[in-house]
Amino acid sequence: MVGEAAVRAGCRYYFGYPITPQNELPEYLSARMLDVGGTFIQGESEVASINMVLGASVAGGRAMTSSSSPGISLKQEGISYMAGMELPAVIINMMRGGPGLGNIAASAADYFQATRGGGHGDYRTPVLAPAGCQELAELTFVAFDLADKYRNPVMLLGDGLMGQVMEPVVFPDFIDLKDLPKKDWILDGCEGREPRAIFSMLLGQQGELYYHNLDLQKKYDRITAEERRWETKNTDDADIIVVAYGTAARIAESAMDDLRAEGLAIGLFRPITLWPYPITTLRELAQKGRKVAVFELCLGQMVEDVVLSVGERAEIYFYGVPGGVIPTPAEVADFLRSVAKGDGKVGRRIEV
Amino acid sequence: MSDEVAYKQVFGWPDSLKKNPTHYCPGCGHSIAHRLVAECLDELGLRGKTIGVPPVGCAVLAYNYFNFDMVEAPHGRALAVATGIKRVHPDKLVLTYQGDGDLAAIGTAETIHAANRGERITTIFINNAIYGMTGGQMAPTTVLGMNATTTPGGRDPRLHGNPIDISRMLAVSNGVVYVERCAVSSFKQIRKAKKAIKKAFQCQLDDLGFSLVELLSPCPTNWKMSPKAAWAWVNEEMVKTYPLGVIKDETGYEDKK
Repeated sequence: MVGEAAVRAGCRYYFGYPITPQNELPEYLSARMLDVGGTFIQGESEVASINMVLGASVAGGRAMTSSSSPGISLKQEGISYMAGMELPAVIINMMRGGPGLGNIAASAADYFQATRGGGHGDYRTPVLAPAGCQELAELTFVAFDLADKYRNPVMLLGDGLMGQVMEPVVFPDFIDLKDLPKKDWILDGCEGREPRAIFSMLLGQQGELYYHNLDLQKKYDRITAEERRWETKNTDDADIIVVAYGTAARIAESAMDDLRAEGLAIGLFRPITLWPYPITTLRELAQKGRKVAVFELCLGQMVEDVVLSVGERAEIYFYGVPGGVIPTPAEVADFLRSVAKGDGKVGRRIEV
Repeated sequence: MSDEVAYKQVFGWPDSLKKNPTHYCPGCGHSIAHRLVAECLDELGLRGKTIGVPPVGCAVLAYNYFNFDMVEAPHGRALAVATGIKRVHPDKLVLTYQGDGDLAAIGTAETIHAANRGERITTIFINNAIYGMTGGQMAPTTVLGMNATTTPGGRDPRLHGNPIDISRMLAVSNGVVYVERCAVSSFKQIRKAKKAIKKAFQCQLDDLGFSLVELLSPCPTNWKMSPKAAWAWVNEEMVKTYPLGVIKDETGYEDKK
């Protein structure tokens, strides 16, 4: 899914290291890149792969890597360097259970890592969270465009379920590589121009690193102002707003539909960009004496952004499932019934 | 005969070097190695087609001295970064310039696998048997008995392991076409080193495979020697662990005598 979408979005350079549950992607691209005259390299490690991405990016190519949680931890070095050097790239993370090797089932325990930079230094990467295969394909396009537009790594945050599930998809059309905006900063040999140097180490005594970080922050502020994405369903008349993303949002949506049939007015708020988080939209939704119910496939990470968005405007409840276990819509419905009653039997109230 | 005297320029500042004073210590081998790389690129007319990847270490700021496109790589990852660049620009000359810690410790995996893939990249490997930038700690190439700030009493194989000969290790790979070890500690060796670097670049231009030139290089500051003594130590002691000469040559080039 992501592989074909990436090729159609103009990606011609893929570097990755095998890890379950995302091997379908590199396997597909190993053949597909041959068709389109691109490069596929199975690197010797995640560390090597992300640095190959760095090289292909600085040379001007649309480059991508993919992995799953433990592998993404290893890629953080290269992601931090690319953020510092302002290099575009797309990183696919099909999250699995952790910490450590964890398990290979879907999880959402890497929200903090994805949305708070992940590696060392004061930086952010836009994080896109699709909730299904069609959106996975569409957001792959968005990811490459955002990466090039802001010269910044962009993460597509899915999970093990999404990495392996099959759904019908209508792929966006191929873009013509010639239509992509010309990059005037790349390294392609200095024939006819001054040599360029791209680096992240700024030792100068004139505050070079200080000003570089301020410039990066301005860029992050611009992304925050312009690129927040979300989806709402049934929020107009809702007494309870469920907040969930990715696979958790699809489970919550099924629970919502079941409960609406029972007469409970449930709505869904699904952030699509996890960074920047759609704070103001959620804040507005929370302002009418409603309850906000957060559901995550981990023990509480995105809930911190919900708290930052909602504050004391509404009661916040949380239900999370750890360790790569996928709950059924019925379990989430039990949580929402409990929130409606305020009996505290499923999940817990978050005190702000 | 004409009245005009025909002057021929025999020495000058290479175009491939910026006119910046370096930060290298007196007697350091980096300045010589930089100059050799620059002269070779000039003579092959490659400056405008070259993309270089320096290491993390003393040469991390090499982009201040080399007058062509350069990108910084994380410590040890130069050959992974260079791989990405070369795959986008197969018609350009891509070189890495790496020290012993970068190439043979933290970057061992990236080094071996790029070489083994036969990437069309040339590596200039500066071996000074010490971590220079961080202040004289043990390098993977520190020779037995040698003092480093983390080998009190000298490198002891039972405590600190053995010096690694990564050039010979790389030579066994089918992806590697040319490996030569030279030194920048005598005029004769400097001339040999230049020939080797040029040959390594040619090997890349001819699409033959991976090429590497190792340069034994003095570090008077961290060896706590005078520059003169440091040169002598390379020529008399270091070469016992790292003998000079061609380690592998499958280029098929006939060397001009």
